[in-house]
Amino acid sequence: MRVISRKMTDRLMKYLSLLVTVAAITPLVWIIASIISNGASVLSWEFLTSLPKPFGESGGGIGNAILGTFIINALASVWSIPMGVAIGIYLSEYDRGSKLGAVVRTAIESLSGVPSIIFGVFAFTLIVLTVRHYTALAAALALGLMMIPLVAKATEESMKVVSEDVREAAIALGIPKWARTVKIVLSLARGGVLSGALLAFARISGETAPLLFTALFSFFWPIGLDQPMATLQVMIYNYALSGFSDWVSKAWGASLILMLIVLTINVAVRGVTRQKYAEGT
Amino acid sequence: MKTKSSHFFNLQDSAFKYLLIGLSLLVVALFATIAYVLIDRSSYAVINNGAQFLLGTIWDVSREVYGAAPAILGTVVSASLAVLLAIPVSLGISIYFTEYAPRRARFYLSIFVDLLAAIPSVIYGIWGLWIIAPLIKVYVQQPIIGVIGWIPLFSGPAYGISISLATFVLTIMVIPIITSLSTELLSRTPMSLKEGMNSLGATKWETVRHVGLPFARLGTFAAIILGLGRAFGETMAVTMVIGNSYQWPFTTSSLFSPATTITSKIASELYEAFSTLQLSSLLELSLALLVISLAINITSRVIINRISKRGFS
Repeated sequence: MRVISRKMTDRLMKYLSLLVTVAAITPLVWIIASIISNGASVLSWEFLTSLPKPFGESGGGIGNAILGTFIINALASVWSIPMGVAIGIYLSEYDRGSKLGAVVRTAIESLSGVPSIIFGVFAFTLIVLTVRHYTALAAALALGLMMIPLVAKATEESMKVVSEDVREAAIALGIPKWARTVKIVLSLARGGVLSGALLAFARISGETAPLLFTALFSFFWPIGLDQPMATLQVMIYNYALSGFSDWVSKAWGASLILMLIVLTINVAVRGVTRQKYAEGT
Repeated sequence: MKTKSSHFFNLQDSAFKYLLIGLSLLVVALFATIAYVLIDRSSYAVINNGAQFLLGTIWDVSREVYGAAPAILGTVVSASLAVLLAIPVSLGISIYFTEYAPRRARFYLSIFVDLLAAIPSVIYGIWGLWIIAPLIKVYVQQPIIGVIGWIPLFSGPAYGISISLATFVLTIMVIPIITSLSTELLSRTPMSLKEGMNSLGATKWETVRHVGLPFARLGTFAAIILGLGRAFGETMAVTMVIGNSYQWPFTTSSLFSPATTITSKIASELYEAFSTLQLSSLLELSLALLVISLAINITSRVIINRISKRGFS
């Protein structure tokens, strides 16, 4: 009797845990399904390539927002990926438990725990209030600050797993340390660094809070990096909250494009790294 | 010749080293600048608002009265409730994943959890606002108000957008964070202990209950704190579904009422802040958020570091 009830408990817990798992997956499927069903109908060549029309006129698109998201992401990547890689190299190869290393590590870990809106507030206060207009450069500062810890951690972790033998062999060949580090260790770790950078890129592609008071929004094509710039994220936010059915359906269309960008990078990177992992074991 | 070339190499070596150190220090400086800017620009509000900032319930730009209590309470209540709801779900997923799931399902399951974490928060926002809010209004809020609406916590009217909707969306966003850490911890339960339980005739559930969960207890605590930090700082999804009303919890205490949080207050007001005190007060809110987030983050890091150094619990 007791044995049966213990087995029943086990079976009960099995189905209970399966149930909550299904319950947690449901929103993911639901979100993707609602984005496709609401967003696919507005997709067209015009939607992807043209400027938004003023309110009340039909047609128009999100071309400037797609371009703006890529420009701002590129600007953020250009300064923060090299910095993140450099810090990752320092932490993995040069820091031998020094005080400086501990300070850098703490700064990186703290940076990764800062809410994204704080970066926006910071860039707004530092740049926008100083130059007295909204600018895409402030957005690139805010988003770059978010990328640095992600890239640094990916670099450090993928360099640390490179075998000590390789480093010792390079020392025996008389190769100077910078060349050992860059041309051998970093080169062996490049897959991990690249996937870390791509995931960081995907992560900031979806970030909206740092853009609200930096790049703001624009109804025109980007005309300069120090000007307000439209992005997919802010467009979704503005249009979704506007309440006008035409704009809301355009927000769904923009969500579909944003989702495609973010999920494609994620699935691709995770697919590749998992495959590698499976081969290694 | 030989010494020359090795001297040349040394020069390159130290140049490279100092470049790395310089860039590392730059990040430290940037982080310090964030803290400095927020402290510096909010000091005006700290002096002018005084304790009224933490205790006051009114945020009135025209009268220059800035009390943040409703925003702070909105953040604390929505984030804490979300984490409380997420804990059993996350542990359930972890247990299913490590004990019961077939091998092939594990791969897809981990992808699903990763993707749930990857969805941009503005997309959670548009989904919550246009899909969930109308459903929750008709099928959850109105029936509950009809039955137990006399309890202030569940009183009407039903708007859809509300602090309970924000909690619901936050719960979904926090689940992948807690799940990924607790799954890793549970899957690191030593095989010898599990086999020991097996040989005693324990069921899988008994093994998890008496070995796995106690083993992962400290780490799960760290995961929960990490999730709390994420929920505190979440901006877009919350701003879009919470309704940004300053009535809650002092004018009405209903969980079906619109409310506001620290982040949604900043997000909806910063770019139209004209008076110096208003701007400074919003920066004081940002500073408060930064301090809370850092405290949460440091606590969870300390725990995680201790676990990875000492092994477990």
